[in-house]
Amino acid sequence: MPRFTFHRLWAIVLKEFIQMRRDRVTFGMMVGIPLLQLMLFGFAINSDPRHLPTALRLGDQGPYVRTFVAALRQSDYFTVVREAATEAEAAQLLQRGEVQFVINIPEDFTRRLLRGERPTILLEADATDPAATGPAVAAARVLAGNVFDRDLQGPLVALRGRPGPVDLQVHAHYNPENITQYNIVPGLMGVVLTMTMVVITALAITRERERGTMENLLATPVRPAEVMVGKIIPYIIVGYIQVTLILLAARFLFQVPMVGSLPLLYGVAFLFITASLAVGVTFSTLAQNQLQAVQMAFFFFLPSILLSGFMFPFRGMPEWAQWIGSILPLTHFLRIVRGIMLKGSDFADIAPELWPLLLFLAVAMAIGVKRYRQTLD
Amino acid sequence: MTGELAIDVTGVTKRFGAKTVVNQVDLQVRRGEIYGFLGPNGSGKTTFIRMLCGLLIPDAGRGTCLGFDVLTQQAEIKRQVGYMTQRFSYYEDLSIRENLDFIARIYAVPDRRAAVDRSLEQLGLANRSHQLAGQLSGGWKQRLALAASLIHTPQLLLLDEPTAGVDPKARREFWDEIHRLAATGLTVLITTHYMDEAERCHRLAYLAYGNLLARGTVAEVVASARLTTWIVRGPELAALADSLRGRPGVEQVVAFGNTLHVSGRDAALLAAAVGAVRDSRHTWTLGQAGLEDVFIGLMDAARDNFA
Repeated sequence: MPRFTFHRLWAIVLKEFIQMRRDRVTFGMMVGIPLLQLMLFGFAINSDPRHLPTALRLGDQGPYVRTFVAALRQSDYFTVVREAATEAEAAQLLQRGEVQFVINIPEDFTRRLLRGERPTILLEADATDPAATGPAVAAARVLAGNVFDRDLQGPLVALRGRPGPVDLQVHAHYNPENITQYNIVPGLMGVVLTMTMVVITALAITRERERGTMENLLATPVRPAEVMVGKIIPYIIVGYIQVTLILLAARFLFQVPMVGSLPLLYGVAFLFITASLAVGVTFSTLAQNQLQAVQMAFFFFLPSILLSGFMFPFRGMPEWAQWIGSILPLTHFLRIVRGIMLKGSDFADIAPELWPLLLFLAVAMAIGVKRYRQTLD
Repeated sequence: MTGELAIDVTGVTKRFGAKTVVNQVDLQVRRGEIYGFLGPNGSGKTTFIRMLCGLLIPDAGRGTCLGFDVLTQQAEIKRQVGYMTQRFSYYEDLSIRENLDFIARIYAVPDRRAAVDRSLEQLGLANRSHQLAGQLSGGWKQRLALAASLIHTPQLLLLDEPTAGVDPKARREFWDEIHRLAATGLTVLITTHYMDEAERCHRLAYLAYGNLLARGTVAEVVASARLTTWIVRGPELAALADSLRGRPGVEQVVAFGNTLHVSGRDAALLAAAVGAVRDSRHTWTLGQAGLEDVFIGLMDAARDNFA
């Protein structure tokens, strides 16, 4: 009569614990992944981004303008990093993503303010990621309504209150309707590529080792570079199929605009796909079995998705998290894809994001090739 | 070409950490010879073979394999050696033909399609060529592995326990094939645990704990062991075996079905021990020590010396 017995149950429990303890990497990941998630979600992620880089284009240097700028600085949301002399310079700063906002004060600001003509303050925002700009724009609106209250004394008191002494106009560039998909869909391209490319290649070489076919492969005259490149090429093609699918979906399903150059996007995708594959190959030379390879890929994927600016605004993160994010290839690829698709960036605009990608690729490749041994030593 | 050495290595040593797995092994194998490599599990046979085909670099020693330096010319050696690993190491998710085609491409076999067809034909795999390798039984997997390791017509075939888990008929066919190949000039180095297979080799070597303990033809190896063996028939052999064990001069007491083999290197001492337990119920005959008796004797001696 088959009956549930506790000594058999206990035998299984003990065996599982022993096996768990033997597989150090898996055990480490079981502890490491929750810690990593805790750190990332608890400390790094902030859906109310502050200290956003802002450029000023001041046509007027009067005391009211100084009051406004001082209030901006104190608001925490805006960090003035540049003063743009011309409209073209301001536009380029936005285009390259060096600033999130440009604040334009017209030349006759003070005069028109005093006359009660409600001069316009133009707040230009890079709205590719609506989540990043929303709270700051709201703060600017409040500011514009009451910042001059203390200065408006005597006969000017009448200017206080509604509709306010100035007219704050917000110009949301690149995504005027603040459509979230505009931001998410291009970002998804990088996320999907990271996920599939890293996992698939991490498994590719580990599988050879686990099944014993590696020994056979090593006994043939095949060279390490031949194995590595040979394993990568099929997945580059898979990666391009994914890119094409996402671009088609973006265009026809989500109506995301494609402002920039498609060939440029495909060109940069090559760099990103190769970098992701190199990470996968490197993991597969480190992992003992396929489970470990998947865990390592996950360990890489988690910060990639959380710290790259895909899910949460990059500029909302503390400095250490931004620093880690800047190492990850996805961060730079996201900026490039969003830049090309939404802002119409050209090669010169995306060049600053290419170098970190190239550097990452070189380092990952070097580790992978160094770790791949031609002998079983 | 006869008499020329396919493998000629001296002092080959391999250490993993503090453990010496292969210790100062010298081995000479002539071209066209079937050379058996025997020894207990973990004796260093696989490690030695991996050093011959460039999968591992020896820590010490020197020598040549097919005339190429084993320390520096691994790439040249790999091109002319066929290696059949202990564990099936072809792709289970590729068909038989796809596996052979892959290996043939890697070795840049000329006229690849014809070579693959010929190989399928020779090994009787032609009508199974589209079956996935993973679905094959042990015997068929072994045939596939042999076909794949021969597809680039190597000069030297290294076989690491090729017949483990293969039924007797398939094993016999396999050995017939090996002899046919050797007759064409192919050199074969084969590891095995089976004594009948050892006896089908031209010459053999015995490795234990990384040390080469004996080598030569079967007759030479048996003779050099100078082992005396008594064969006992009769009732209650288990009790007799217990009373024999531990007596001076008795080194091995092994049951072979209805007989007991009692062996020792010192014939006089063994005779004295046998005399002490001998009675009328059993028949005692002085027999010829078998290869297995010799190897177990060597292993016991090696454990005393090296382990």
